[in-house]
Amino acid sequence: MAKQRIISTTINGNAVEFLATPRQTLLEVLRNSLDLIGTKEGCSNGNCGACTVLLGGRPVDSCLVLAVEVEGACLETIEGVASSDGLHVIQDAFLGQAALQCGICTPGFIMSSKALLDENASPSEEEIRFHLAGNLCRCTGYDKIVRAVQQAAEGETN
Amino acid sequence: MATVKERQFRVEPFPGGTAGNMRLVEVGAQRDYNVVGTRPIRHDGTDKVTGRARYGSDIKLSGLLYGYILRSPHAHARIISIDTTRAASVPGVHAVCTNADMPSATHRAGDLGEGIVDWYHLNQNVLASDKVLYTGHAVAAVAADSVHIAEEAARLIEVEYEILTPVLDVREARSADALVLNDDVRTDHQPAGEQGEVPTNVAKHFHYEKGNVASGFEQATVVLEREFTTETVHQGYIEPHTATALWTADGKITVWTSTQGAFLIRMQVAELLGVSISKVKVVPMEIGGGFGGKIAVYLQPVAAILSKLSGRPVKLDMDRTSVFEATGPTPGSYMKVKIGVDAEGMITAGEAEILFEAGAFPGSPINPGCMCVFACYDVPNGRVDGYDICVNKPRTNAYRAPGSTHVALATETMIDEICETLDICPLEFRMKNAAKAGTERIDGPVYPLIGMWETLKAVELSDHWQSSLEGPNRGRGIATGYWFNAGLNSVVNATVNEDGRVSLIEGSTDIGGSRPAVAMQLAEILGIAAEDVTPTVVDTDSIGHTDVTGGSRTCYATGLAAIKAAEDIQAQLCQRAALLWDVDAESVEYVDGAMLRGPAGQEIGFKELSGKLLQTGGPVVGRGSVNADKPGGAFGTHIADVEVDPDTGKVQVLRYTVVQDVGTAIHPSYVEGQLQGGAVQGIGWALNEAYHYGDDGRLHNGSFLDYRIPTCYDVPDIETIIVEVPNPGHRFGVRGVGEVPIVPPPAAIANAIYRATGVRFRSLPMSPPKVLHELLSRERASRESTVD
Repeated sequence: MAKQRIISTTINGNAVEFLATPRQTLLEVLRNSLDLIGTKEGCSNGNCGACTVLLGGRPVDSCLVLAVEVEGACLETIEGVASSDGLHVIQDAFLGQAALQCGICTPGFIMSSKALLDENASPSEEEIRFHLAGNLCRCTGYDKIVRAVQQAAEGETN
Repeated sequence: MATVKERQFRVEPFPGGTAGNMRLVEVGAQRDYNVVGTRPIRHDGTDKVTGRARYGSDIKLSGLLYGYILRSPHAHARIISIDTTRAASVPGVHAVCTNADMPSATHRAGDLGEGIVDWYHLNQNVLASDKVLYTGHAVAAVAADSVHIAEEAARLIEVEYEILTPVLDVREARSADALVLNDDVRTDHQPAGEQGEVPTNVAKHFHYEKGNVASGFEQATVVLEREFTTETVHQGYIEPHTATALWTADGKITVWTSTQGAFLIRMQVAELLGVSISKVKVVPMEIGGGFGGKIAVYLQPVAAILSKLSGRPVKLDMDRTSVFEATGPTPGSYMKVKIGVDAEGMITAGEAEILFEAGAFPGSPINPGCMCVFACYDVPNGRVDGYDICVNKPRTNAYRAPGSTHVALATETMIDEICETLDICPLEFRMKNAAKAGTERIDGPVYPLIGMWETLKAVELSDHWQSSLEGPNRGRGIATGYWFNAGLNSVVNATVNEDGRVSLIEGSTDIGGSRPAVAMQLAEILGIAAEDVTPTVVDTDSIGHTDVTGGSRTCYATGLAAIKAAEDIQAQLCQRAALLWDVDAESVEYVDGAMLRGPAGQEIGFKELSGKLLQTGGPVVGRGSVNADKPGGAFGTHIADVEVDPDTGKVQVLRYTVVQDVGTAIHPSYVEGQLQGGAVQGIGWALNEAYHYGDDGRLHNGSFLDYRIPTCYDVPDIETIIVEVPNPGHRFGVRGVGEVPIVPPPAAIANAIYRATGVRFRSLPMSPPKVLHELLSRERASRESTVD
């Protein structure tokens, strides 16, 4: 096995250094080495979006990013979304709209939604559905997720 | 009692919902609850939106090893030998196991609540020793310091196979000269109870008959007979299967896993490993979707064996391809159905032959398929024959209303065709023929109070049905579906805390909002707020046997247990108040507003009394244990508007409405969520989802890229109309909700596509290539006829 390397990053605003072999994905390191288990694994090949994190503000499937690639990068995970004052407006909206059933896809949806709203404060329903099409949910039929993102957008612009 | 014609209904917004969330209200029949029917924030919500909730794979234990399972590359082969020597010698490997490390199993039936399993077959499904029967069938497993070491070592296991021809089609599999998958299978004829004598792939044959079928068809003016096929589809839960086990030196096994039923996992692990159930503790982690597919064991016994061999805890996470290849699916099917209708538009007879793929081992939902095929209607004469047939595909499991979606495709599209022939409105036809209280199903049961007709009434009054659909290549279809719902065993313990809140302990794993739904029922009885109840799902050592979260039973049966626990608390609190007032307990009443009232008008509130419990005899714990058996069936009718692209064959769903009788909606948001989620699974099944096998039996689309489930960009808003015809078997009238909504979509969409294109589809999925093929064939035929 190839030797581990030291990787320096910023995760949720904190400077973090970790060791990783070249074969390890960012997802594996987040979950297994850094105990950031809020990022979920659904498919390991970039098709379901459950492992979505923000890399330099852009949503990525962390199962498709090698850990060694994030040297110097700025990462945001679900663990960094709520502040010590309480939940983020998107998290509140997901609860208020009952936009989750089993909840396994929820962290990924919240990260993708955050990336959307950071870029476009008042997206149309069409834009929301297009932007979230890389995140799969098998429980909700998406209706309430879309409503939650709409509610969060309204909350942010108010 | 008012006759049906005098009853007055209206469709109005369901309070607290958003646009498109409606309900059917019967004038003068409203019920009054404080907590039931409201929309509190779910108790586990904050954990789930912050990433703190712990799902199966999130467990960490000191000394944890990671496992990997070696799977068969062949769909059908005899195992000649397995050599694990090289794998075992890889540095970092701590254990290697095969079926030989499990106790040998015998043929006996086990009841998993949503299906019967033969223990020998389950043993062989967990780790094969005799034959591999599908691509991905587990053969051996390795535990190592990392999953990468385990995977590399597993590839060094040498398995010698004698490759056999795969049997992939049900009609081929049942022929007398078909290669038999399991030498031990004989046809079990039910309900006759007769057993076949020769080895066969046909594991079960169900036969039901009612009335005089021949004379029923003689009375008909229109008799239609049609054939249908559907492909294997998967539940598609986003969380792959996972299990972590620790087998300690004292012989105790602890399993952390994601499952719909911790007690069923305990039973299966104990049975397969030859230990008593009380030696096994199953800790249900949060579960990332199941839909029926997370009831049977796959990884749990293997993780336990690897733990025993290594002396360390072992975690097994399944990859997505293995989830598709080796778990779950619901059967592919072949169905031939015949329906007779008289000139007045009344059904006179029905006949069905239904063949379900069992997969590698017997156990498809063929019996529910037989029971559901004509269940929505009053069919005076009928005959149904159903066959459970082994083929070289993964062993099938329950998937949301198992078997009912298949048969609804047949019945509901044929009704549409008959209505066209007789020039009757399809909604009117269904209202005339709807099953109601007193209707006898072909398989025998007589319906109690049900809401089939009311769902149709709601359709009639809906904005969707009353709006027009215009434009080329567009069409509207409706279809109805049914599910029995289950009862079974549930236990709830509830402790009154000194601050006037209640801790509720339950054994039902929460797959989609059952914590609030159960807690709200306890709160309603006690007259307290839903937020004043804290529900916790616990392990199998901490509560009594609770059956699976499945069959749409949890809100009903665990709800009943919560109601019992609440009533137990009420009775105990009356005794405590009686002590305080020095009166007879019988003279104390628990009244509205969470108050206790004594014979002389003394009053004490629930909260105040809660603060005095430790001084008046100790904490109060309410207990509710039920074996519930009156779940009340549920019906749903869906309306689908589609547009078909004539150039690509792609079907776009433009508007979709789900109407369902839910008995009573405890938490309407999660009821709507079940209706919407089930409908979208059904839309996926209708339009795109299918297993694609090569002739060699290898699955060609074992990923979410190629087995494409609907994304949010594929579907419209899903409108809902909740109908509430109370189930007489539940204090608040609850019926199961989750199963029915998957049933109508394929038929509703097929009917809509027919209106849009004039082409009838009798084969799923109605995917772009298939639709385009039909459209082009028709175009070619019409061109040729013009030339002639």
